Amino acid sequence: MSLDTLVVEPPSPGSPDPEISLTSQIEPIRRLRDGMFRVFLYAAIGLALGALATLLYRTWVEGSPKLGTKILLNQPSERPAKAGIQSGIYGTLWVTGFCAVISLPVGIATALYLEEFADKTRWFNRMIELNIQNLAAVPSIVYGILGLAFISRGALDWGPTVSTAGLILALVVLPTVIIASREAIRAVPSSLRAGSLALGATKWQSVRKQVLPGAVPGIATGSILAISRAIGETAPLLLIGGLTFLTTNPSGLDSRYTTVPLLIYNYATSPKEELRQTAAAAIIALLFVLLCLNGAAIFIRNKYQRRW
Amino acid sequence: MLGAAAAVSVITTVMIIISLFAPTFSFFQVVSVKEFFTTTKWAPLFKPARFGVWPIVVGTLWTSFIAILFAVPMGIGSAFYLSEYARPGVRKTIKPILELLAGIPTIVFGFFALSFVNPNLVKRYWPFGEVGAYSALGAGLVIGLMIMPIIASLSEDAMSAVPHSLREGAFAMGSSKREVCTKVVFPAAISGIVAAIVLAMSRAVGETMIAILASGQRPNISRNPGVGMQTMTGFIGSAGSGDLATGTIGYKTIFAVGAYLFVITLILNIISIRVVRKFRQVYE
Repeated sequence: MSLDTLVVEPPSPGSPDPEISLTSQIEPIRRLRDGMFRVFLYAAIGLALGALATLLYRTWVEGSPKLGTKILLNQPSERPAKAGIQSGIYGTLWVTGFCAVISLPVGIATALYLEEFADKTRWFNRMIELNIQNLAAVPSIVYGILGLAFISRGALDWGPTVSTAGLILALVVLPTVIIASREAIRAVPSSLRAGSLALGATKWQSVRKQVLPGAVPGIATGSILAISRAIGETAPLLLIGGLTFLTTNPSGLDSRYTTVPLLIYNYATSPKEELRQTAAAAIIALLFVLLCLNGAAIFIRNKYQRRW
Repeated sequence: MLGAAAAVSVITTVMIIISLFAPTFSFFQVVSVKEFFTTTKWAPLFKPARFGVWPIVVGTLWTSFIAILFAVPMGIGSAFYLSEYARPGVRKTIKPILELLAGIPTIVFGFFALSFVNPNLVKRYWPFGEVGAYSALGAGLVIGLMIMPIIASLSEDAMSAVPHSLREGAFAMGSSKREVCTKVVFPAAISGIVAAIVLAMSRAVGETMIAILASGQRPNISRNPGVGMQTMTGFIGSAGSGDLATGTIGYKTIFAVGAYLFVITLILNIISIRVVRKFRQVYE
């Protein structure tokens, strides 16, 4: 093959290149599409933020006139002028407290087991993993059904009490605690474990002294988020007797309860228009608490999380 | 000890299954399977009781369908914006705000749907038929708002995991930013995006408080989503909050509907987990 067959003829200057003329026809359409896509993205994010702003603004407008110490300190009432949420606040504290006492130790222990001790090739451990993934997406009202069948009535027969509600909420948030803790534990580099073991520490000693301290910020963040979810959770409690209009504070694990979200539900469904304002004011109080908790979680994550 | 803690989650699942399916089994000894799934009148707590589950399934389908229709474009659009378009500073402010949206309790969304979206948006602007205080459309829109951050955040994770070399290659070939998004990033992240959508669907189907507050308590097969319709979760919530005596047929109905709901969400969850496992591209 001779060399000159490889020489490419330069395009003659007179005739326009068909390729180029094609692109110049397409170019404006492409530009238009690029622009439209950009508009779509801005619209999407704008709509999301706008809806959030509307939600907060409307709740504020409706609830702020009622906001004050009266709504926090008064007991629930059908009379709009007197209606408050005190028993709900105490109920929420009791129920979430009990929920935390159960869900945090169990959740963190499960995460430790799965990350540090479990043999991942065994079917039992793989099943636990898959099971937790599934549990995380089970609708919360289904947990309410479980509570109704086994805990409130049925086998345990604890009745509609603080302990029933706390236990059910613990089961609802358990997957959240486990998943967050596992991620935190996994982020601790294995060189730390290896070093600790090489110095003669037992498996448990290196987990306790090296892995756990390193994972604490991540675990704390996940735990706070799980607890704030428990505070706002409403649906499962409908089924285990939380909806009673209670005007006394719970006095222990075996007393009846109501919570702030349940009182909001009660007030929101009331035929009296004015009680909706009470609901809105209670929502402001609830969101304020949750905002503080979420803020604390983000703060801990940013401040204490170590980069390995 | 730790193993025992891990077993708690397995025990929970087993208990959920027993608690749902044992009463459901005895429910179907009284009510025929055929009546439950094929008839269209739902009045289990009235006399004469009727057990055709279809009306509340339709309610759930409408609210979830509207929610998905609203949340998918909004969520994926937000994800594209955050992952590909936003400057790092903007991204750092907007992402926590979306996380905040995800942390709002559903009772708050429900109140918003009932007190604002239904009267001020649906009632005012929905052109078909008379809209009352309750509306499946309003509930669906707000459920969409609630599940949007799930889609946005999981899709954004999937998009961020697409390696930069792919984008740079496409840019080098003369692609515009949109083309990189739709022809490179989107196909590469599709498994994560699909899994996010399916997970969001399962949330929408299982959402209770928004449905119970905004979609109302009347079982209603309607082609008009503007009207109120009871959903499956709405039924469970309202029937369960009454004081039904243990062992009655009305009491067992809660479990039958719950079991149906559980099966639907379980199938969606399994699909979501499968999609991630099967189609996940591992990039170096």
